[in-house]
Amino acid sequence: MNDWHKLKDRIAIVGVGNTPYGNFPEIDDYGLGARAFRSAVEDCGIEKDKIDGLLVCRVPHYARMGEILGLNPRWTIQMPPHGRMSGMAIIEAAAALDAGLCDYAALIYANIGRSRRVNYGGEESPGVWDPWGFTSPGAAHAMMFQRHRALYGTTTRQLAEVSVAFRHHACLNPAAVMKQPITIDDHEAARPITEPLRLLDYCLINDGAVCIIMTTKERAKDLKKRPVMISGIGAREAYSTSSIGNFDLNFWYDEMRDVGAQAYGMAGVGPADVDALMCYDNFSPTVLFSLEGLGFCEQGEAGAFVEGGALKLGGRLPTNTDGGHLSNSYMQGWALNIEAVRQIRGECGERQVPDAQVVQYCGATPCSRSIIYTPG
Amino acid sequence: MQTDIAKPRPKIDNVSRGFWDHARAERLSVQTCAACGEKHFPGSPVCPKCLSEDQSWVPVSGRGKLLSWVRFHRAYWDSFREDLPYLVCLVGLDEGPMLVSNLVGVEPEAIAIGAEVEVVFEKVDEELTLPKFRLRG
Repeated sequence: MNDWHKLKDRIAIVGVGNTPYGNFPEIDDYGLGARAFRSAVEDCGIEKDKIDGLLVCRVPHYARMGEILGLNPRWTIQMPPHGRMSGMAIIEAAAALDAGLCDYAALIYANIGRSRRVNYGGEESPGVWDPWGFTSPGAAHAMMFQRHRALYGTTTRQLAEVSVAFRHHACLNPAAVMKQPITIDDHEAARPITEPLRLLDYCLINDGAVCIIMTTKERAKDLKKRPVMISGIGAREAYSTSSIGNFDLNFWYDEMRDVGAQAYGMAGVGPADVDALMCYDNFSPTVLFSLEGLGFCEQGEAGAFVEGGALKLGGRLPTNTDGGHLSNSYMQGWALNIEAVRQIRGECGERQVPDAQVVQYCGATPCSRSIIYTPG
Repeated sequence: MQTDIAKPRPKIDNVSRGFWDHARAERLSVQTCAACGEKHFPGSPVCPKCLSEDQSWVPVSGRGKLLSWVRFHRAYWDSFREDLPYLVCLVGLDEGPMLVSNLVGVEPEAIAIGAEVEVVFEKVDEELTLPKFRLRG
């Protein structure tokens, strides 16, 4: 057994909070972060001043965030505004808590990209390939999906199953941004952005914030709600083709295999035990890639796997029950992690997976991560 | 309406200059390490395999295989708007490295992943020539 397996069921998520999701030009990222923090503090009933660890992501400056919240912690990390950071952040905080670097960590993510008209391409994110007109993470995913189609015969109608299932969940989630049901035909008729991807393959861009409060198993007992344990973690980077942002020629398959082996091995479960999956979905193809890498199906078979509403509530693998990035909120993995916690707590109302005992977060990205959550 | 808006230009620095010098002379090149022979693109201040700084831009055949492609329907720069929809390709050079470029002289219906491609050069102005690709044969 590797040393990191000692972290199994040692660290808990005890509080989660979020703001509404939408377009909020009147408030900045600190304001949204503070609201999510207050909501997470209320959720777990902790005395605010006990929090001695602070991690911020996409918040401009950690010290200003600390000043606003009246926190002077003994552990601080600031992470860049990249979508792949949520799993990394939770794992870093778990390691810090286990090492005693802090006793209670608050992780705050805020995004004001909607009201500030963020584009995710062009002059905003200069790259090596600009002279050829290649830009944006969506284009990289389109490049991967085109290849997946050619190698395995995956169809855009199969890809549509991802967007349709997540929209169905968003319609059951009062907090979600997108509330109109869609069909496979709607997906096929949507305007192309970077062909073969269409508008409904792209995530939302909206404002909002999420906060997660974590502590050790022992300390978790004194807080308001039943803790949700981190039972498994897996991590693997792929930097060799980083100049093509958000791209891997083999769909992060090897990396996700490795991530899955780590997380399942540590938690002592397998894909068949997963009651709900929270899968990073900046663009719909990455959901197919994640399913293959984690072993829910063989490589090349995710198109067939998702057919017939397999990812919907009641299907073989309920996935992104909050609606995901495609239809709930673009909180870059953070909202998916709090959805995992709420599923295990049984707080999800109409979108609740009955008796959810094993909920897995995953993200297939240049920094692939997975976290397996179970009841404490 | 202004139609002659400049497209984004490459960042030419000490690492990348050799690539663009070769391109102006209609040669495709990849950065090659004199110490270990590793070939890569884009350029890097040290060899990613052995960390040597003894590297140079060495011409390659300009031939490769089409690994993937996309067609842009959205203009992320105003200067690309009149080109919409345009084709971007991912090429695996016969010598190993991958690069992103444009696929020219072909309709999407005729494109197959795995197809043989070869470089062509498009002169933008006296300073800049862009390597692009077409299907072979």
